[in-house]
Amino acid sequence: MEPFTRLDAKSAPLPLANIDTDQIIPKQFLKTVEREGLAKGLFYDLRFDEQGREKPDFVLNRPEYKGAGVLVTGDNFGCGSSREHAPWALMDFGVRAVISTSFADIFYNNCFQNGLLPVVLKAEEVAQLMDEARGGNHVVSIDLETQRVTSPSGKVFAFEIDPQRKQKMLLGLDAIGETLGKTTYIDSYETRRALAQPWLERA
Amino acid sequence: MRRMSGKTLYDKIWDAHVVDVTDGEAILYIDLHLIHEVTTPQAFAGLRANRRAVRRPDRTLAVADHNVPTEGQALGVDAVADLEARLQLQTLTKNVADFGIEYFPMGDIRNGIVHVVGPEQGRTQPGMTIVCGDSHTSTHGAFGALAQGIGTSEVEHVLATQTLRQKKSKNFRVNIEGEPAPGVGAKDFALAVIGEIGTAGGTGSVIEYAGSSVRALSMEGRMTLCNLTIEAGARAGLVAPDETTFDYLMGRPAGPKGGGWDMALSYWKTLFTDDDAVFDREIHLDAATIAPLVTWGTSPEDVVAVTGKAPDPADFDAPEKQAAIARALDYMGLTPGQPMTEAKVDVVFIGSCTNSRIEDLRTAAAIVQTAFLNGRLVAPHVRAMVVPGSGLVSHQAEEEGLDAIFKAAGFEWREPGCSMCLGMNPDRLTPGQRCASTSNRNFEGRQGRGGRTHLMSPAMAAAAAIAGHIADVRDFL
Ligand code: SF4
Repeated sequence: MEPFTRLDAKSAPLPLANIDTDQIIPKQFLKTVEREGLAKGLFYDLRFDEQGREKPDFVLNRPEYKGAGVLVTGDNFGCGSSREHAPWALMDFGVRAVISTSFADIFYNNCFQNGLLPVVLKAEEVAQLMDEARGGNHVVSIDLETQRVTSPSGKVFAFEIDPQRKQKMLLGLDAIGETLGKTTYIDSYETRRALAQPWLERA
Repeated sequence: MRRMSGKTLYDKIWDAHVVDVTDGEAILYIDLHLIHEVTTPQAFAGLRANRRAVRRPDRTLAVADHNVPTEGQALGVDAVADLEARLQLQTLTKNVADFGIEYFPMGDIRNGIVHVVGPEQGRTQPGMTIVCGDSHTSTHGAFGALAQGIGTSEVEHVLATQTLRQKKSKNFRVNIEGEPAPGVGAKDFALAVIGEIGTAGGTGSVIEYAGSSVRALSMEGRMTLCNLTIEAGARAGLVAPDETTFDYLMGRPAGPKGGGWDMALSYWKTLFTDDDAVFDREIHLDAATIAPLVTWGTSPEDVVAVTGKAPDPADFDAPEKQAAIARALDYMGLTPGQPMTEAKVDVVFIGSCTNSRIEDLRTAAAIVQTAFLNGRLVAPHVRAMVVPGSGLVSHQAEEEGLDAIFKAAGFEWREPGCSMCLGMNPDRLTPGQRCASTSNRNFEGRQGRGGRTHLMSPAMAAAAAIAGHIADVRDFL
């Protein structure tokens, strides 16, 4: 998992509440063999019309938001199913952080498995960021170490995050990363086993 | 003063694999990781995204089984018409090449269903921890190995670290004693256990099978028993290794050789439950009272003797129970109280990781041969198919002339794979078709949308093929 320390990126306003995982990534995209490549299905029904053409007025299709790394969204983002394809699709599209007043539980957890930072701010702060994202300058700055979001105009908002999760995010540790932190234990286990049960070591 | 009680087989294997423990969660070393095309693509993608290697490619083995068609396999992936399935197979081929993992591709005689291949190659050995991204990994417990199915993120974890993070399960022992009646075998034992404890009966436990009837089973029979353990909700099944196990393993391609064999054998002989070990739960079954069984409904616990009847919702008090039975009967196209032997079958499927090994095919072929000598063939309205579990099983069966018996009687002799067990490849039931199946799940739509599955043993499935309806194998002996 990529560590998340500080991000300066364009923010895109998505002022809708209750965006569920089916909207984030519809089920026809779940048969893929890759985690990568899911960007094509991200917000599929919002981004494309029935003929598969881009809807020009959807925020992520507009030229000024190309390459947006931060979404500023309405309440309860990521509700619905537990599919990990939702954070996978967001990450694949280039989104590294989502700012909202609240997130659905499972989605919130899944974000931390994948290095996507969900930032919870107060309603008026989210509204402020939404407004500024609609303006001419879209670049926000998120500093995980100091737990601060700086708006395009320079307003600073503090956010809360579980200290253990923050630590893992800063170091880029997922469950695998954590276990790999114990590699010396695994190494010495393997050494002992190779001596005691040499037949398990195939030539 | 209380003396510490002894250890169960599960305790011994667990203790031997703990690398570290934090807050009750162990890092458990994994000796063998079996992989296949369906549950691994995202795991490998995860490794790449994080620039991680596979820690022990030498303890990983890949096969192609779920998606493969059961004909034309010599063509390789070109035989796969479904483009998504083909892509999954191609992805596996690329992944194993990139990460240096041994792979038996489609068309390789060593390829087959992952849970048939591991034991057949001697990769599966007593005392091991084994995982695979497939729930029926419990099969390998027949060798006294702790074998469990895992999800895709855990597959990635094992690939990267050769360990699994896990809390320990409870100890549950199922004792089966006595001499079974002719025509009754491991599949009937397994269905009897599930019928007894229910599909959630084993939740949170590892089940050890013990008793004289289990000891008397061949390795194939033990694999059938452990395979179905997952349908009882348990995390894994176990049978302590003994002479039967050691005989089976002797001379297998990936088994220990020379001095290694002797060392391995002396270790394997320590793998049994101590006399004074304590189990969290224990049940006893009398093999002599078990009749050949079939399922009537849409859960593996919906078990009835072949001589019995479909249940009548009116015989139950609880309205939810009545509704559940009525719904299952409706899906299955059965009427309340209908004798099971009246159910006409359209398809007979002998195969799957539950029952596609050489002994399963021998048992079924014996029934077919006896019928054939009495002038009977597969009933005209039945499509009957035999799908060996691996290329090597297929080859062995052909050496023994079993394929000739099946074909002469009107069975299709197919190429190896999961086939009609799961309806993911071209072998599927069509809506409303009724199937006598040796597989392991009779869920709605499991073998194809709208398909109706009756689980039973290979001998019973062979009898159904000849009779054209569900039949008592004892009339065919
Ligand atoms: S035969 Fe069926 S249960 Fe066994 S591995 Fe294949 S799909 Fe799974």
